[in-house]
This record gives sequence, structure tokens and C-alpha cells, in this order.
Amino acid sequence: MDLSFTKEEEAFRDEVRTFLADNLPDDLAEKVRIGGELEKHDMERWHAILNEKGWLAYGWPVEFGGTGWSPVEKHIFEDEAARANAPRIVPFGLAMLGPVLQKFGSKEQQDHYLPRILDGTDWWCQGYSEPGAGSDLASLKTRAVRDGDEYVINGQKTWTTLGQHADWIFCLVRTKTDGKPQEGISFILVDLATPGIEMRPIKLIEGGHEVNEVFFTDVRVPAANLVGEENMGWTIAKFLLGHERTNIAGVGFSMKALEEVKALARRTKRNGKPLIENPLFAARIADVEIELEAMKITNLRMLYTAQTQGAPGPETSILKIKGTVIRQALNDLARRALGPAAAPFPSEAMFGNAALVEAGDVNNAADYFNNRKLSIFGGSNEIQRNILTKAMLEL
Amino acid sequence: MDFSLTEDRRMLSDSLNRFISDKYGYDHRVKVAYDAPFHDTALWVEMCELGVLYALAPEDAGGFGGAGFDITTVFEALGRGICPAPVLGSLLASKLLTAAGTDQSALLDGSVRYAVAIGELDAPYDLDAIETEAKDGKLTGRKAVVYGGADAEVFLVAAKSGGTLAVYEVKASDAQVTGYAMIDGGGAAELFLDATPGTEVLADATAALEDALDAGRLALCAEAVGAMDATNEILLDYLRTRKQFGVAIGKFQALQHRAVDLVTEIEQARSITILAASKMGTEEQAKFVAMAKTLIGRAARLVAEEAIQMHGGIAMTWEAAVSHYAKRLVMIDAQLGDVDYHLERVIATYAA
Repeated sequence: MDLSFTKEEEAFRDEVRTFLADNLPDDLAEKVRIGGELEKHDMERWHAILNEKGWLAYGWPVEFGGTGWSPVEKHIFEDEAARANAPRIVPFGLAMLGPVLQKFGSKEQQDHYLPRILDGTDWWCQGYSEPGAGSDLASLKTRAVRDGDEYVINGQKTWTTLGQHADWIFCLVRTKTDGKPQEGISFILVDLATPGIEMRPIKLIEGGHEVNEVFFTDVRVPAANLVGEENMGWTIAKFLLGHERTNIAGVGFSMKALEEVKALARRTKRNGKPLIENPLFAARIADVEIELEAMKITNLRMLYTAQTQGAPGPETSILKIKGTVIRQALNDLARRALGPAAAPFPSEAMFGNAALVEAGDVNNAADYFNNRKLSIFGGSNEIQRNILTKAMLEL
Repeated sequence: MDFSLTEDRRMLSDSLNRFISDKYGYDHRVKVAYDAPFHDTALWVEMCELGVLYALAPEDAGGFGGAGFDITTVFEALGRGICPAPVLGSLLASKLLTAAGTDQSALLDGSVRYAVAIGELDAPYDLDAIETEAKDGKLTGRKAVVYGGADAEVFLVAAKSGGTLAVYEVKASDAQVTGYAMIDGGGAAELFLDATPGTEVLADATAALEDALDAGRLALCAEAVGAMDATNEILLDYLRTRKQFGVAIGKFQALQHRAVDLVTEIEQARSITILAASKMGTEEQAKFVAMAKTLIGRAARLVAEEAIQMHGGIAMTWEAAVSHYAKRLVMIDAQLGDVDYHLERVIATYAA
């Protein structure tokens, strides 16, 4: 048993750390640190910096313009990026569609779309969930009917994250209505400029706009935009959801959040003393830190399995469940540490007003409410438990 | 033994519940709760005409209530309807003016809006750590997150005077007030005092402040009970109607047991609030209010988080009423002392 990284891996960590120190713009890191809203150009700026270095598609094989990094190297990169307060890489093109096209796409599709993901020509979003098909994704109803060289799409998608910035959407659509629901689903690429598409914002619990509803009315899409065979969409969907699970534990985010909570508890006072000296609050921090230390090792153990035996198994659902609960607990502690000062409504007016920024500190009540999503999206924690029940416990 | 409300309180409860559901319906509430003045001032007048504020003050102060169960009756209805009207500030102010023996008719009839400024950024809950100072009738300091402060005309301000705490009346027009909406709706303000003139209302006011705060804490507990009941109704309705995998999700045992746990917590929360209300005005008041606020803080957060989780994505939206109830339930904990603050007060009673 040896918990240390190899010499080569440590050297790689140094290289990543140096790169981030030299190239991550201070204003972006500060925006991430205080939980400010990243705008499209912020994300594009960071993507461009990483792309120039060749690290943007850090999960892709070298032949498609990726890094070819091992699972451990990817982990080190994610860990260091989170520690440096780097913006999260927008996953829809890079972590989701990219791998799908590499595995299931035609040569033409790969040659056309992959470079455009890398250079930022196309911003992708995801058309999976529907109002009636959330946890039960296979019951999706958006119809695609073949008409000559085209499919005609009618229906509605929802929870489309950052769709307001997107040029294209990859969708799961129903191409067959008889048989098992899973057998009639296809995966298709849709240009959002096509007539008949309407995107409407969904305002979230804390007031932010990051997800959308997308309505399709007689939207005509070239049949060439189908990925893989007709009706094999469920296989692709499952493959993609597997990729969505990289960095699923969010250990780097949690380590950063723990640091922030401690800092906050040092500068916040109760009864004339720093809050961190209050035994009740300190115990709350310690409880989460202990969980996080264990989580780091659980995460590395599964990484080790992936590195030595190929793909990780269903036990990665443990990472999703525990990892999200830990992140949420840290958001909860930050909100508690601020006390009443967590209450000011975070709006642009707040950022323009020093008194309110000070009162609301770093927007932690908004983060707390927004991050309730962590245990819901990407397969809710209840769905993860179903997966574990069947695949791991065989019950 | 009798756990029913008196006839008068039942009538008040019915009329206030009806008023809020008729006039302060959910859509209207969300519309006004986030834009200055963060509540509906026309409805404020109507609500005061119902006698809501008179119910919070005893007869010798010009009201017709003022007991623990009067407070819980009013605030349970406010919580059930997630009403953003700044009644908490009025309650705290009424308690202080009652202690001072000062005329409060303009407060009780709703014509002058009061807010009470106690907490500071470095003293969010604790009176001992207050740093705002009064010298020769001039106040200097900053009061943080003053509930109802965004459109109050008069502030009652806790400030150090010599070695003790006193309460001063400060006109809003004499101070610098930065109002804002809170994340769960309703208004608050930062109050900046810089040699601002104030009139002493209460000297040596620590006991009166604690008593007023206890009344406010009890009110928040009752508000949470009302909001938890409403949240639970929304949740159960969703569990019965939302279908996934071909059945109502309420048919899944994993969710059934969690829903039962919530109901258990809500009933415990209701009980401790009733207990605390019954102890108001006794020497056990502080201890049982602290117990209630601790239990409520835990239960309200659990109900909020579980209601969101069992709803799934839809509860993450502004459009869904459950998201606003969840915000209110979570943020109640940070008002007038959180779980840890009140747990310490309970623990402190163990020292002989």
C-alpha cells in the first residue's frame, strides 16, 4: 500500500501548477472565488487559453487533439484547476459530445465538429430531460420523424444548461414508439438557428439564469446529423452519462470550499471571538473535513481501479452521492458562518454596493440554494442509489 | 388539558389566513417581495385594520393580546402564506415600547412603521458584543440586516451607553439607510449611524431587549411551523401527482419513509413551539424559547432540503412555490440566533 503519487506524477502536478499560476487571469480566479456569475466571454477566454496550451480537451485521445492523459493525470489537472479557482471547463462539447463523436460518430462528423469544439466555433448544449422525463429519461417523448433526407422534430426539452450561449444542441429524440421505450431513441445534432426552435430561460431558486427550456415545432434537421444508427440513442446516452461522471466527486471544489469556510469562520465573530473558536461550529467543520479526507481516498481508490483495470464500475455512484453531500454541507457551513449577513439578495445591485457586498460577503446563501442542484442533476442521488442497489449489491 | 385556540384567536387566525390567501396570493407575494419596498404597503394598511398588530400588544399598552399564543397565532398564518409584510419589526418594537411604557398607538394602528436595530456584522446574535455607541444623544455605529428596515420610518436602536445597553429612537430620515431584498424575499437594511441624533427610550435595556428578542424568536418558530405545513402540503401533492416509471413517485417506499420522517419532525416542531409559547412571561421563557429555536432551525432546514430533493429539478426554479418556501425555511435559522447560538443557551442552563 502506497498512497503517494509517483515522481513523474508529482512533476506533472508541478507543471500544471506553474501553468495555472502563469496563465489563469486574476480577474477570472477572483470571480470564481467569490461565486460571481461567469459570463460567456469569461468562459471563452479561459477555453482559449487552455486550447492554446493543448489542454482544453484534456479527456480526449491525442489523435483528436486531446492530451491523452491517464486517469491520474486528469485527476491532478482537475484538482489543481479547482485549487487555483479556475473556471470550470464547459462540459457539453468537450466532456460529453466530443467522446460520443469519437466513439459513435462518422469520420465526417468527427472531422467537422471536433475542431470546432476545440476552437470555440460551436458552443454545445444538451437536450436530454423533458418535463415528463427526468429520472425516467427513457420515457422521453420529443418525436423525430423521417421525411426524405430530413428528420422533423416536435417536442420540448428542459434543464438545458447554458443553452442561452449555445449554437448547437445534441438531443435524444424518439424515432420509434412501439417496443421498449429504450429501443426507440436516437441521438441527433441540431443547429439552434434552425426555424421552429424557441429557447426560454428558466429562473432558478436563487434568481440566476443558467438553464433553459427548448421548444421544437416542425424543426427540419438533415438526416446526416444522426449520430450512430437510428434507435441506438440509448446506448449513446448511457455512454455519455458515464462520461458525465468524470470528476463526479468534486473533491477539488470541496477542498477549496473547506478552505473558504475556515477563512470565513476566522474573520466572522460570535460573542466577541472568531467563530472558528466556537466548539459547536468547529465540530461542524471537523465533521465535514473528516468526510472529505475519506472521500479523497475513496476517489483515488476508484481512480486506481480505472487506471489499472480500464473503466470504473458502478461504484462511482458512491462518489456522486457522497461527493455532492459533502459539497452541500460546505455550502451550508458558509451560509451559517455568515449568519444574518447571508440574507441580502445577491443581485447586480449588491455587487455595486460595498455595504451589501460586505454584509453578504461572498454570496453564500445563493451558492447554498443553487447547489441543491448537485444532488438532483446528472442522475439524482436517488437514481444513484437505484444503480448501486442493482449493479453493486445485486439486490 | 386543551390544545385548541380560544375563540378570539381562532377568529384572528381564520381572518388572517383568508386575507393572505385572498390578497397576498403566491404570485403577488413573489412580485412584491423582491422590489422596494419589498412588501405591499396598501395591504399593510388593510392587514393592520384586521388588528394584526393589536394582537401582539397587551391591553395596558393599547393592544388586545400580547401573550405567547397571540404571537404564534399571527405568525403561523404569516408563515403559511409566506407573507413578506414586516410584522417581525413591529413585534420587536412593540415589546420595547411596552417595556418603556411609551405610547405606541401609531405603531399599533400601522400608521408609523418601526424596525428594531440590534445585530451588527460582528455581533449578529449576541447583545454583549454590540459596539454601536451613544454619547450625548448621538449614535455612532453600523447595524446589519435590520428586518423591515428598508421602509421603516422609525428605528429603535440598541447601543452602548456608558457600561450598559440602552435603546434609542432614531428617525430614518436622520440616518443613512441602505435597503435591500433578502434572498427569501421581504426587506431589510444596513443602518449607518454617524453621530446620528437619537432619543433614549429605555436605559439599562438588556432585559427588555432579551424579552423582545424572545418574543421575536417565538414568532419565527411559529412562522416556520406555518411554512412547514404549507411546504408539506405542496410536497405531498407532488408525490401524489408526479409520475415517473409509470407510477406516482409517492408510491416509491424510498420517498414514502422520508415523507413520514418530515411529518414527524413537523409535529415535534409544532409541539416545542406550543411549549415555548406557554412559557412566555415565566422565568423559563428564555430556556424554552432557545429549545424551540434550536429544534425549529434543524427541522425547517430538513423540511426545506428534503422538499427540494423529493421534487427534483422543478423545486430549483423560481416559478415553483416550493422553492420560495424552502428559502424562507432555511433563512429563518439565521434570524435572531441560529441553531448553535440557541443550543449554547440551552447548554448554559445546565450549569448549576
